[in-house]
Amino acid sequence: MSAILEADDLHKRFGAVSAAADINLALARGSVVSVIGANGAGKTTFLNMVTGYLRPDHGRIRFDGQELVGRTPRQITRLGLARSFQIPQLFQTLSVRENLLVAEGIAAAERVEEAADALLERFSLGPYAARPAGLLPEGVRKLLDVAMALVAQPKLLLLDEPTSGVAADEKFAIMDLVMGAVRGQGVTVLFVEHDMDIVSRYAGRVVAFYDGRVIADGAPAAVLSAEEVRRYVIGEDVRAAA
Amino acid sequence: MRTVPALAAASAALLALAPWAPQWLVFLLALALAKGLVVLGLLLLMRAGLVSFGQGLYFGLGAYAAALLAHRGGLADAALMIVAGTLGAAAVAALVGLLLARYREIFFGMLSLAFSMILYGLLVKSSTLGSTDGFSVHVRHFAGVPLAEGAERRIFYAASVLAVLALAWALHRWLGSHWGRVTAAIRDNELRVEYLGASVYRVVYVNYIVAGALAGLGGAFAALAVGHVDPETAYWTTSGEFVFIAILGGTGNVLAPFLAAIIFEALRTVANQYAPNVWQMALGVAMLAIILFLPGGLWTLARRKA
Repeated sequence: MSAILEADDLHKRFGAVSAAADINLALARGSVVSVIGANGAGKTTFLNMVTGYLRPDHGRIRFDGQELVGRTPRQITRLGLARSFQIPQLFQTLSVRENLLVAEGIAAAERVEEAADALLERFSLGPYAARPAGLLPEGVRKLLDVAMALVAQPKLLLLDEPTSGVAADEKFAIMDLVMGAVRGQGVTVLFVEHDMDIVSRYAGRVVAFYDGRVIADGAPAAVLSAEEVRRYVIGEDVRAAA
Repeated sequence: MRTVPALAAASAALLALAPWAPQWLVFLLALALAKGLVVLGLLLLMRAGLVSFGQGLYFGLGAYAAALLAHRGGLADAALMIVAGTLGAAAVAALVGLLLARYREIFFGMLSLAFSMILYGLLVKSSTLGSTDGFSVHVRHFAGVPLAEGAERRIFYAASVLAVLALAWALHRWLGSHWGRVTAAIRDNELRVEYLGASVYRVVYVNYIVAGALAGLGGAFAALAVGHVDPETAYWTTSGEFVFIAILGGTGNVLAPFLAAIIFEALRTVANQYAPNVWQMALGVAMLAIILFLPGGLWTLARRKA
């Protein structure tokens, strides 16, 4: 299967800190990939480079045959690449429905009002429709953030920690809703996640980052059991266990 | 409160005053509506989180463009002067906006102030434009129809009421449309607007031009109402007045700028007559009270009653 996203030899430094070094990654169309790593491993930096928020110091990023480096976030979104954020980026004073109306209007949906209402239903946001986004519980904020990203019907959806800050019993419900919304639509999903149960359940492939580098890449079971991943990502004392 | 019926009723009431109200009241209302038009444009900018301290630039441009058409161009037709004031201001806003649409917060406010002070400086230094004294405006026609002696101000006032009705209604519709929602979304989160695929720059730029055109129109109406233009129209205190009126009324509704402008002009008229030395102090106290007790402006009261 052809790759929808290819990152070649990506490097990014912030002063003396290397946030990305020699990142080479290709995502197959329709795949669901999880990026894992400790805080500061370079996961969000990678997402920010792909979505045009940061420009890599070196390297190329190709999406669906188009070079992304040098393009603005808006241009990249228009190509069919959408993202959600670790801290949900919402329109705080607007209601949930208005947030979706803004997104639908920008995506030039034919029937904006109907499309927004359909999204409210699909993401179980109906009870919160009239509430200002700034007054939502964290789990609902996360869902709205993802719902807005999906409005543009992207080919590739990047989710930055979609369940962080959410109660443990809500995490799977959120992921079920999100994966249910993209299932059968051919959307490639890459999500950054710290919860290994979520990773094991939803990802078909896992990429582990450490210190700005990819240290493991493959099937979830293989990556999560790799010694480097257990030591640097999961935080197990591997030597003691041995 | 339902905006469109309220707007229609208020306009009808203001129009009904045109034939019989005393000249001082016609003058006060005409000036208030002219300033209200400027503040209507400011409301559009403030909906996107931008405060311009330099709308005097376009108010002054509108006033001078209209006045010059009569004074130098020999076209003393009020309708043409209104169009000239509006288009002249819009054209300059289209140029200045190319730069200003890139800036936010204090930088946007201060740059807008800087541009208005450049115009003020040019007007003060230009002897051909009357320097600090300005010059008088004499109008003989309105859309080709000769004006009856003594009725000019009443006709200009009626025209300004109709312009307010049309433009406030249009802006109300615009703010309720997708464009208006994106404008509010920009105030909340520019980053997300860009990540949804819209150009924040484009929205701010277009809003800036519209605000400039409205200020130009207000300037042209003010020139017709006063019958005189001078550099004060572009001075920073005039721009400050517009911001004051915007805060006084609030940005919640298109009627708010006009309500606030009428209150502002009425208060000033009364204060100038009975307490000329404490006028600015009264303004300061009023501003303090509004910020402390009605941060959404006087319009909050109308909304609460509704």
